[in-house]
Amino acid sequence: MKTNAVNLTEKEYLLPGNRTCPGCSLSLAYRHILKALEGQVIVTVPASCLTVLHGMYPVTSVDVPCVNTPFASTGASATGLVAGLKALGRKDVTVLAIAGDGGTYDIGIQALSGAAERQEDFIFVCYDNEGYMNTGNQRSGSTPLGAISGTTPMLGKQQNQKDMLAIMEAHGIPYVAAASATHPLDLYEKVRKAKTIKGTRFIHVFTPCPPGWRFSFGDTIRMGELAVQTGWIVLYEVEDGAFRLTSASESIARKGSLRPVREYLMEQGRFNNITEEQISELQERVNARWKRCLDRVTNL
Amino acid sequence: MINKKLDRKADIQILDGNHAAALGAKLSRVQVIAAYPITPQSPVTESLSEFVEGGDLHAEYIAVESEHSAMAVCTSASLVGARTFTATSSHGLAYMHEMLHWVAGTRLPVVLACVNRAIGAPWNVQNDQQDSISQRDTGWIQIYARNNQEILDSVIQAYKIAESVYVPVMVCYDGYILSHTEMPVDVPSQGDVDRFLPPYKPHAILDPANPRNYNLVTLANPRVNADGILCHGYMEIRYLLQEALQKSRETIINVGQEFGKLFARSYANMFWEDRLDDAEIVIVAMGSLAMEATVAVDMLREEGHRVGVLSLRVFRPFPKDYLIEALSKARLIVVFDKNISYGSEGATCSEIKSALYGNRINAVIRNFIVGLGGRDVKAREIADAVRKSLPSLEEGGPNIEYPEWICHM
Repeated sequence: MKTNAVNLTEKEYLLPGNRTCPGCSLSLAYRHILKALEGQVIVTVPASCLTVLHGMYPVTSVDVPCVNTPFASTGASATGLVAGLKALGRKDVTVLAIAGDGGTYDIGIQALSGAAERQEDFIFVCYDNEGYMNTGNQRSGSTPLGAISGTTPMLGKQQNQKDMLAIMEAHGIPYVAAASATHPLDLYEKVRKAKTIKGTRFIHVFTPCPPGWRFSFGDTIRMGELAVQTGWIVLYEVEDGAFRLTSASESIARKGSLRPVREYLMEQGRFNNITEEQISELQERVNARWKRCLDRVTNL
Repeated sequence: MINKKLDRKADIQILDGNHAAALGAKLSRVQVIAAYPITPQSPVTESLSEFVEGGDLHAEYIAVESEHSAMAVCTSASLVGARTFTATSSHGLAYMHEMLHWVAGTRLPVVLACVNRAIGAPWNVQNDQQDSISQRDTGWIQIYARNNQEILDSVIQAYKIAESVYVPVMVCYDGYILSHTEMPVDVPSQGDVDRFLPPYKPHAILDPANPRNYNLVTLANPRVNADGILCHGYMEIRYLLQEALQKSRETIINVGQEFGKLFARSYANMFWEDRLDDAEIVIVAMGSLAMEATVAVDMLREEGHRVGVLSLRVFRPFPKDYLIEALSKARLIVVFDKNISYGSEGATCSEIKSALYGNRINAVIRNFIVGLGGRDVKAREIADAVRKSLPSLEEGGPNIEYPEWICHM
């Protein structure tokens, strides 16, 4: 059954009132991820915006058990939760690791890669706001070419993003998915599916960040829609090697074409200093990835 | 109180230190083991993986990709209620440093076996105690073994201590001198260990039925919760860790005495004494060096010197008050350190000085740095260092600012 606003889990696990910025898409994503797991979950979180969202002792905004863990250790912390639960004979709990792009692409990649190689049984969600937004928007391995950040303040970043989804797929794990916080029902379905699969499952969640990317608080959803419509991100899943486009990306592939990536870039202040050459390079990357997706797709 | 007699007399096995540690963990019925083969690696976890694969130990064995991850696995596994174990040395322990703070801060009873080995640069995989001494301020209890029997016994006691006071315990033993040297070890039966060490019953765990959020951002000052009750700030939480270590001294002694009653090997104090009753000269050492020091005492006693050995078994919490009586007759204390706080002196020397201050013990304290990077420390060299210090007995001084090194410099 297709998920819609009516048949979504009713209970809220992310409680009203948290410390995220106005227009934060992480709140939206986290709310739907927790709904999809229906409370039977233990969460591990490294230093990130999610730590801020979780609140300050002795008050927290979430109604699920959670351990906060150092930046580099998310994959290992999840491993420990799984091992401990197994040793104690508990089989009814899903372990969810959720880290930002810094905690996944950069400092967290060693522990995540080790855990994926060992086929540890947990869901790893990377919510990607394309920089160290919690600490003042420093560049990460996921910051795009041409983007101004705290540590690329004048010229913008001179390198392209790391392709973390391809890296995780190369581990041969049973489920890899690309989702967006701005398409919550698609995200919800992917988490529901991931929950039924055994082994390491990786879900990348695109999370537009108004203050970091410099667009107005009310435009978060529009920014995600533009990202999908221009092919800046593609919504898909790979289950045991079978590649499927989902949601709006599937619709574009069926009937329509991508809009120019320039339309997405021009909406964000972080690309104010981007050059024409960089825009062309980004457009070529987007075209190449879209072609790869269409070449692989099994559900059209 | 445990009064039951031993299952049987004795099971003497010839074991190196690593196998003694592994057997200690196995007898403690650890449930999750995580380890990484750092350079320098010791076979303690290989033994455990054999126990697990062979079906002799029902535990999850996680071959992690780094020591940082090893301790992260132990932390999270402990948080869901499992008894956890890891072993490392040298660079591995250094790589774990951040997580060591987190385990202690989360108040989890993780036990770690540390094979004491030198840290780079330059590369050197031999014995000294710089690795664990460098971790003394992370909030862990540190126990140092003199021989392989003490390694096995200390691992078992470590769980009982850690699970009583919710402070993690590091059992340290000298690389090669103990880790790779075989000696007779009396191995207790599983039944006796089970009587001494019941299954781990955590006071709180991560559980969806009762959601808790561990290690949230915590401000310096106390803050009210949703019910209006004032809760600890960061500083109060840290105070409680210090208080737990202070109070753990009694627990360590009680656990040692209880162990002694059941296994007829007493660990009733946080240090060992050898011929201190009439000693005016006291050699202080830690780990296997203490065994060498007893031989030096034999030599010096033959020459008519009244010498004894005080061997530190527990370095954290440091047994300050407990040492005073043992050192009350000392006029010359010669401290040997297999570590140094660069720019200052050996760590045990600083601790001894700190313990004696204000206690009207007017002894001269001399400090020798020995055995770094596996440099052999002979009983003769210990005796020579004591002889070299003898003029201090008459002259009262000199007060030497920095330690002397037993090396070719």
